Amino acid sequence: MGDRLTTSTLLVTEEDEKKHEIIRAKGEGKELTKEEKQRLRKEKKQHKKNKKDDRGPPEKEKEKEKASVPAPSKPATQSPAHKAAPVPVNASASESPVAAEKPAKSKAELRAERRARQDSERASKQGKKEGGQQSTSSKPKATPNELQPVVKRLPDHVQVDDPVALKKLAKKLERQQKSGQGCSLNITGVKVPLRSDYGYKVSLFSHLHQYSRKNPPTQQISIPVTVIHPSIVRLGLQYSQGIIAGSNARSVALLHAFKQVIQDYSTPPNEELSRDLVNKLSPYISFLSQCRPLSASMGNAIKYIKKEISNIPSQCKEEEAKRILQECIDSYINEKIILASEAISKYAIEKISDGDVILVYGCSSLVNHILCEAFEKQRKFRVIVVDSRPRLEGREALRRLVKKGIRCTYVLISALSYILPEVSKVFLGAHALLANGYVMSRVGTSQIALVAKAYNVPVLVCCETYKFCERVQTDSFVSNELDDPDDLIVTRNGKTHLENWQTVKSLGLLNLVYDVTPPDFVDLVITDLGMIPCTSVPVVLRVKNVDQ
Amino acid sequence: MPGADKETELSERIEAFLSELKRCGSGAGSLRGSAETARETTSLLRRITAQARWSNAGDLMEIIRKEGRRMTAGQPSETTVGNMVRRVLKIIREEYARSRGSTEEADQQESLHKLLTSGGSSEDNFRQHFTHLKANVIEAINELLTELEGTTDNISMQALEHIHSNEVIMTIGRSRTVEAFLKDAARKRKFHVIVAECAPFCQGHEMATSLSKEDIETTVIPDAAIFAVMSRVNKVIIGTQTVLANGGLRAVNGTHTLALAAKHHSTPLIVCAPMFKLSPQFPNEEDTFHKFVSPHEVLPFTEGEILSKVNAHCPVFDYVPPELITLFISNIGGNAPSYIYRLMSELYHPEDHEL
Repeated sequence: MGDRLTTSTLLVTEEDEKKHEIIRAKGEGKELTKEEKQRLRKEKKQHKKNKKDDRGPPEKEKEKEKASVPAPSKPATQSPAHKAAPVPVNASASESPVAAEKPAKSKAELRAERRARQDSERASKQGKKEGGQQSTSSKPKATPNELQPVVKRLPDHVQVDDPVALKKLAKKLERQQKSGQGCSLNITGVKVPLRSDYGYKVSLFSHLHQYSRKNPPTQQISIPVTVIHPSIVRLGLQYSQGIIAGSNARSVALLHAFKQVIQDYSTPPNEELSRDLVNKLSPYISFLSQCRPLSASMGNAIKYIKKEISNIPSQCKEEEAKRILQECIDSYINEKIILASEAISKYAIEKISDGDVILVYGCSSLVNHILCEAFEKQRKFRVIVVDSRPRLEGREALRRLVKKGIRCTYVLISALSYILPEVSKVFLGAHALLANGYVMSRVGTSQIALVAKAYNVPVLVCCETYKFCERVQTDSFVSNELDDPDDLIVTRNGKTHLENWQTVKSLGLLNLVYDVTPPDFVDLVITDLGMIPCTSVPVVLRVKNVDQ
Repeated sequence: MPGADKETELSERIEAFLSELKRCGSGAGSLRGSAETARETTSLLRRITAQARWSNAGDLMEIIRKEGRRMTAGQPSETTVGNMVRRVLKIIREEYARSRGSTEEADQQESLHKLLTSGGSSEDNFRQHFTHLKANVIEAINELLTELEGTTDNISMQALEHIHSNEVIMTIGRSRTVEAFLKDAARKRKFHVIVAECAPFCQGHEMATSLSKEDIETTVIPDAAIFAVMSRVNKVIIGTQTVLANGGLRAVNGTHTLALAAKHHSTPLIVCAPMFKLSPQFPNEEDTFHKFVSPHEVLPFTEGEILSKVNAHCPVFDYVPPELITLFISNIGGNAPSYIYRLMSELYHPEDHEL
């Protein structure tokens, strides 16, 4: 019965008059009169009927206000929240006299009450979050804010199997082209190209794109300057052909291209730089993700730039604003990439002792830098470079290390079990570090970590903090990249077995680019903030968010 | 003299066989399957039995042992040759024992009880002459040959007991046994096969094209993606070059990684190996275990300037310990790895383990 009263009070405070009533009741300090209770009950029923007919934003507002009432756990200091506290107290205080009354309740009323209770609970949960937002201005530590569910939109490049998503993407690209046109000359027909998939896709991966390197996105059309800046077009082509590869290289190239874009940008009249420039960047980013899906490091860099642009004060002159942005980009590259790699080398060199046999996989710019620095500091070690088809990036790493004068051995990944008994440490680079501690890196990294674990060899991952990513992932299927399947074809002794794989219906080639390594295979992560275990990644992310 | 002609012809054949073995082993000639090698070895041994001059079982065994040593020295990694020699030696012992009239059990392995109770009578020189020994031995070797011919079929017949519909099966490289196994199952069931290509020879490509011709859904993955894809695999079925005496495998390189990944995901690992691949070797013989081929497969000569400063390795085989294996499927049925030692005692005599 006390419940009934509480819920009725909740539902009632949707209108202002009811609020006044409550205030009056609060002022009175005790129970509501019988007629008022009956009226409240009627209102509640009416309200429920209305709610059933009309489910929309107005209801949300009602719920919000309704829910701002039952927030007793927060010692609120502002008046709307303040009202909430005494009401439940009031209700509970009035429980005892009400209990004595015991009016006969019909089944319908009971059902209605139950429903109302559930609604109010639901609303209270929602309201806590929204109410929390309201009261954050007064409270410095807003705990509900951190528990707020982060509803992120699923990225387009993992929704290839959904025709609705594909149509939306096509429309978005068209729209972006139009907005780029804006007030310029009337150019028809050209839009940000939508690349089409190539070849038979393995069924497990039908939600991902699979492009062919032989069909670059700009093959059929030429994109005029007004749609996309030429340095971005060049960058996109370099990505899609694999000329620029590796997450650091891609991020740095992206930032340099953006510097060029900002340099050539001129604010159209009646527009603010902070808003217009961000809008200008969107079609570029769509184009780049068509050429090759964005990496986590690129995503973080773009977020940073957009934030910096939108933080430009509106009274800033254009030249000044451009200078500020250029400086921001330079300092980002310097801090997050160059200085970070210096810091990481310093930490990592402590871990390399004389007589070590170090195993590295593929070509990671960071790991190569560490090894070169260690060699300069007169550490005695030798390196085993493990490589894998079809990319064979290890050869590039091999060349750099040999040029430095480091003693190297070279094997393919299938010979891993043979070579591992000789190895004392494994150094791996990372593409991104996910929030659940998984390491996303070049395909094959998880295999190396697995076998190293079986032979009890320590695995150290080196990663800058700007590659830390809030995504979580447990397997290598859901979010990955499919490379050109023709890369797997090889000619040996004059015979190419997979030559006509397209013609054979039941044959598919799978060329994955990334895989995720579980945190129990990784012993240590070396970042510019220090040496942390894999599971501390969300802590670092949280610290970064608070700083920003 | 007709005898001398036969002898020269015989030695010619042996020489031809040896050079064939040497060539195949280096990878230059066409890679021969183990079944073929086994068959050829056995027919060669039959010929030796028929044409060489011997008067009693001991002489015959000496001759065969000598030829066997030569043949295994020609290509140490091809263990099937040695296995067949040991089988034939065991056949000879059995036939001799049968001719002498003693029962099978007396000729079994030495046990402590036998050593104490039988005293000195177990000393058997094989010097007695029996007229029908030759015919019996040749007949037994013929039986062995028929058994060899039927191994692949025997293994494929068990396919339906192990593969259910809509499975995802992973395999590595190219094994004729596994190919026949999967094709047989595909006649009745629909499943998906993922083939790891097994660089640098990329034999997986051949396997994939051959399987896809039978309308089996096949996917080729590079070796680096084995662990990434393993979580969706239901079974791993592989072939092997040799089954070692402790139940471990000497298989194509990359198999150990595959086995570890399967263990991590608790996926059963099934090895399809006919009995003639079972060898009394143990894996701790360091110098004879690994075989290497030219590293230009790994780092080609086009990388000229760094070649001289770099060590490149290209091992051919991998050791897979028996703990990672779930089941052996052979022509006599399915067995656990812990039972291998027993099978070996039935196939080979302990004195023949060292040829």
